[in-house]
Amino acid sequence: MTPRLTITDATVSYNRVPAVHHLSVTLNSHSLVALVGPNGAGKTTLLKAIAGLVPMETGKVVVHGGNRKNAIAYVPQREAVDWDFPITVRGLAEMGRYPSLGLWRKFGAEDDRIVEESLHVTELEAFADRQIKALSGGQQQRAFLARAWAQQAEIYLLDEPFTGLDRNAQEAFSGALQKLRESGKLIIASHHDLKSVPELFDHVLLINGELVASGPTSETFTTANIEKTFAMKIFSGSEPHHHHHEPHQQ
Amino acid sequence: MSLFELFHYEFMQRALVACVLIGFTNGFIGAFVVLRRLALMADALSHSLLPGLAIAAMLVGLSTAGLLLGGLLAAFFVAIGGHLIARSSRVKDETAIASLYIIAFALGVAIIKFAHVKVSLDHFLFGNILGIANSDLWTSFAVSAIVLLSLVILHRPLLLALFEPSVAKTQGVAVDWLLGLILVLIVLTMVSSLQAVGVLLSLGLMVLPAATIYLLSDSYSKMSWCGGLLGASGAVAGLILSYWTNIPSGPAIIMVLGTVFLAAYLFSPKYGIIIRHLKVRHLHEESLSRWDEEKH
Repeated sequence: MTPRLTITDATVSYNRVPAVHHLSVTLNSHSLVALVGPNGAGKTTLLKAIAGLVPMETGKVVVHGGNRKNAIAYVPQREAVDWDFPITVRGLAEMGRYPSLGLWRKFGAEDDRIVEESLHVTELEAFADRQIKALSGGQQQRAFLARAWAQQAEIYLLDEPFTGLDRNAQEAFSGALQKLRESGKLIIASHHDLKSVPELFDHVLLINGELVASGPTSETFTTANIEKTFAMKIFSGSEPHHHHHEPHQQ
Repeated sequence: MSLFELFHYEFMQRALVACVLIGFTNGFIGAFVVLRRLALMADALSHSLLPGLAIAAMLVGLSTAGLLLGGLLAAFFVAIGGHLIARSSRVKDETAIASLYIIAFALGVAIIKFAHVKVSLDHFLFGNILGIANSDLWTSFAVSAIVLLSLVILHRPLLLALFEPSVAKTQGVAVDWLLGLILVLIVLTMVSSLQAVGVLLSLGLMVLPAATIYLLSDSYSKMSWCGGLLGASGAVAGLILSYWTNIPSGPAIIMVLGTVFLAAYLFSPKYGIIIRHLKVRHLHEESLSRWDEEKH
């Protein structure tokens, strides 16, 4: 277990209303982290800030052992993807190689090997030539994991990956995430179904605008901490009993 | 008259070369227009070319460099102006752009009517491929080279940017620059197609081949390459049709490409509506039989 990602004093605001503020945490490799908090707690915002998709007002994100651009793979919410795009599962995985290939370098034997490996890890070999819409929801999620693997990412950021998956798909997807964890990756996934946290994740990061608790699921995912997370008045000024959406979702 | 005899005439040979060049380039860039959902934007750009072309024709005559520059500037002003209006008022992007391009189009028509330009409005609107000159061919050739080289060289970052702009940004892809570049290449391609199909029909040459291949293939690279081939062959077929039937070349080309598109919409083996209709029934039957099995 070595530190993989350190976030120090991160504050992210939309229209000067902070969605995440002064959050500091260190996460290790070999971890499968559930990012848990009520609606509007800043889960998506935090994932995007780590990925570099939204600017941070204060603080910094440090990736240990690897540069940030290649080490981090952001897997978008399913609704954010154009599933009609003319691309197959293998094509998607191959896209993962593009950043390190640059404009010119040819697709070599090593690239082919990594792409095949990514399809193997995610158990998508049989579906490699399918267009991405012709997959089930769980397979679609795994196809994006395959691309992240092909990118040789060390840190996987997933936004509500289990949403809309049935029991079987959830198990298969969870299996793929376990494999990633065993091979040393750090996976951080926002997750809203509290019941399934203990069986799916070995680490939890509880946030509500600010950090509430972070640690191994068995120690940290306690009733006291959960109540604290969901009862806390959100700093960003909006009334906690009003239903309100995650700010500025794409 | 046989095809062979048809292309004895020098003007037909020039028209043939123009069709291949313009058809291929438009078909190729069309993939990016379709995948980035830029068809309406491209339509706006094509209309907004007109005042730029008219002013260029007024100032420097029909020199191709002048037309290219005039068209580019006019399209640039409409695109940037639309963006500014959308940002500084409650009017949204597509309304702002639509308002500006139609103003620009009206202005262009007025300039051509009253400013003693030695070209008819029809020429700008519908083109005439049989009247194409050698200098036009050289322009088409240069534009095709620039457009195709840029798109081929940049195909990896372009694919990342088209598929998921926000993720591409985190991977260090200059997404905004690439999308801006696509718009510039679209305008260049349109101006170079002017002589053949005019500003109004240039959109069809750009969108129809790519839309057709989109219905036939699941490969991103095929969409551009096959789109290019379809654009070129459709343009040549349209030229021949135009010669035999006396339909003007622009509409003839678009009608050929339009027919192919509609055929793909109906008969595509994977995404055609006929096969989809049959498939749906098939699934329905499958579930009915499963239901029967469960009952027994």
